[in-house]
Amino acid sequence: MFLANLTTERELEVWDRLSAVSDPELDEPITDMNFVEQVEIFDADSVLVEFRLPTYWCSPNFAFLMAFGIRAEVSALPWVRKVTVQLNDHCFGDEVNVGVNSGRSFHEIFAENCDGAVLEDVVEKFAAKAFDRRQEVVLLAVRALVGSAEDVVSMRLGMLRKMHFSGEEELRQLPRYLDLLAERGLAVKDDDLAFPTWEGGAIPAEDLEAHLQRLRSIRINMEFNGAMCRGLASTRYHEVEIGPDGPTLIDFMAGRVAPRLAPQARH
Amino acid sequence: MFKTPEGKEIFVIDGHTHFWDGSPENQANIHGKQFIDCFYAYHTNLSPTEELWEKPRFEKYSEEDVYRDLFIDGPDDMAIIQSTYLKDFYKNGFSSIERSTKMAQRHPERFIVNGSFDPRDGEKALEYIHYMKEEFDIKGVKMYTAEWNGDSKGWALNDPSAYKCFELCDKLGIRNIHVHKGPTIIPLSKDAFDVHDVDYAATDFQNLNWIIEHCGLPRLDDFCWIATQETNVYGGLAVALPFIHSRPRYFGEVMAELLWWVGEDKILFGSDYAIWTPKWLVEKFWDFQIPEDISAERGGVQLTDEIKEKILGLNAAKLYGIDVEAKKKQLSGAPVQIAAE
Repeated sequence: MFLANLTTERELEVWDRLSAVSDPELDEPITDMNFVEQVEIFDADSVLVEFRLPTYWCSPNFAFLMAFGIRAEVSALPWVRKVTVQLNDHCFGDEVNVGVNSGRSFHEIFAENCDGAVLEDVVEKFAAKAFDRRQEVVLLAVRALVGSAEDVVSMRLGMLRKMHFSGEEELRQLPRYLDLLAERGLAVKDDDLAFPTWEGGAIPAEDLEAHLQRLRSIRINMEFNGAMCRGLASTRYHEVEIGPDGPTLIDFMAGRVAPRLAPQARH
Repeated sequence: MFKTPEGKEIFVIDGHTHFWDGSPENQANIHGKQFIDCFYAYHTNLSPTEELWEKPRFEKYSEEDVYRDLFIDGPDDMAIIQSTYLKDFYKNGFSSIERSTKMAQRHPERFIVNGSFDPRDGEKALEYIHYMKEEFDIKGVKMYTAEWNGDSKGWALNDPSAYKCFELCDKLGIRNIHVHKGPTIIPLSKDAFDVHDVDYAATDFQNLNWIIEHCGLPRLDDFCWIATQETNVYGGLAVALPFIHSRPRYFGEVMAELLWWVGEDKILFGSDYAIWTPKWLVEKFWDFQIPEDISAERGGVQLTDEIKEKILGLNAAKLYGIDVEAKKKQLSGAPVQIAAE
């Protein structure tokens, strides 16, 4: 009984760490995207995490990043002795699984799998996009509350922290925006600018509209990916059954049954 | 023909359709299975419930299905069938020009069948372009830059071997180059659907029309920028359009960007059949207006009836040299036949 409780508790701890791993392209936690399929604990201190992406073809760049992110987060738990990460049903699944479980460094594995390329550039590019997307939400909310462009761009971090928002998206993104500001050292103290650019500069008031336009096109692209990935993840391996009331999407994936082994839809 | 609620007849050319065989019998390996599974996930994810198909029909549909879905139940007057071989994944290819042409011969007045080639085949690719011109008199081709070929996991439009092929297309009068630039997939470090190669190719081949299917999404900003610079770059709405049902506001944002940057004369309708069927797409598109606040951010652009008519058929007619009035007359002389069920 004690062991069962301990296992449950530890599983929850693992899930908690996993929520800190984001899909780099979408800037959403992999747990929110339902990419994590299974967490198992063996011998009290060994962890297996299985995950699956929305399609077999999802970019291996991101598959690598997420796999290594999972390893890093779970390994950080003090009681964990061994972590096994398994990416299921992916065109580069074998490469990713061998790489992430080899104990070697991420950059070594990645360079080996893509002609010596360095992934840091990709990571940096997507971190910048994530920043822009979070900033747009907060910036639009502040612009709606504060009158002039001048007041918006000169707002200080301390002031932003005190503001009250009501929209769901603003409430979700504000802490994530503040986290990234702190993590990157872009704004730390109360009198730092609340809306610096990713490069750390100020936004001139006369450029605010152009800045927002740019953030908007970044969001449109990310939203396309986000909507696609969410939808595809939810329908992957689901089939349609046409009954007397018309077609419905049935979920026959009890556990992880390979689609061809599952019963065929009726004709 | 789409009839508006006021009774006006709108000429529809479906710029991006397929006649594929993704059935298990044709799959060469796991990749073939995963490819059609991925298409099916697109279908189930973005279709209205009442438009869903069962898997076996989706994997392989009949010649009768195509005719009914596009022209009887659907509002299309004409459809452009694209070829995609995926020879590493499918025994007889995914959608070959031979199979599509055979299907189209039943109603040749309604179909334009495009070819495809892989520049990495070198001399053979050039020979194949000659073959497609002589055998099928193609007016266009579909390029799939992420296709696997041996060890290669993709290519770019401005590769030297691709330029040789485009020179030949230009010489033979194959003027419409449809390019798949859509959601990101492999290969590893290189993004095979990055749109920047379009910029080079479109500049260097001014005689050719570059129709970028899926508008480069999720690289819409890059695509818009290139399409603004190049007069011979067009955007195909396939994959963007189904969002009109699941996320209409988002679709409004995409349309506002396209109208503002690319313009009403350079956007083409495409259902991406059989991933989606044209009936519901065209009906919803005709009813659609860009939300006021989104339109205001982009200089008040709006989808007027006149603009919709261009997108649904007139723009594609220009690219393919179709005389719309003559075609309407021809088609009214050969009305859609209700196929025996």
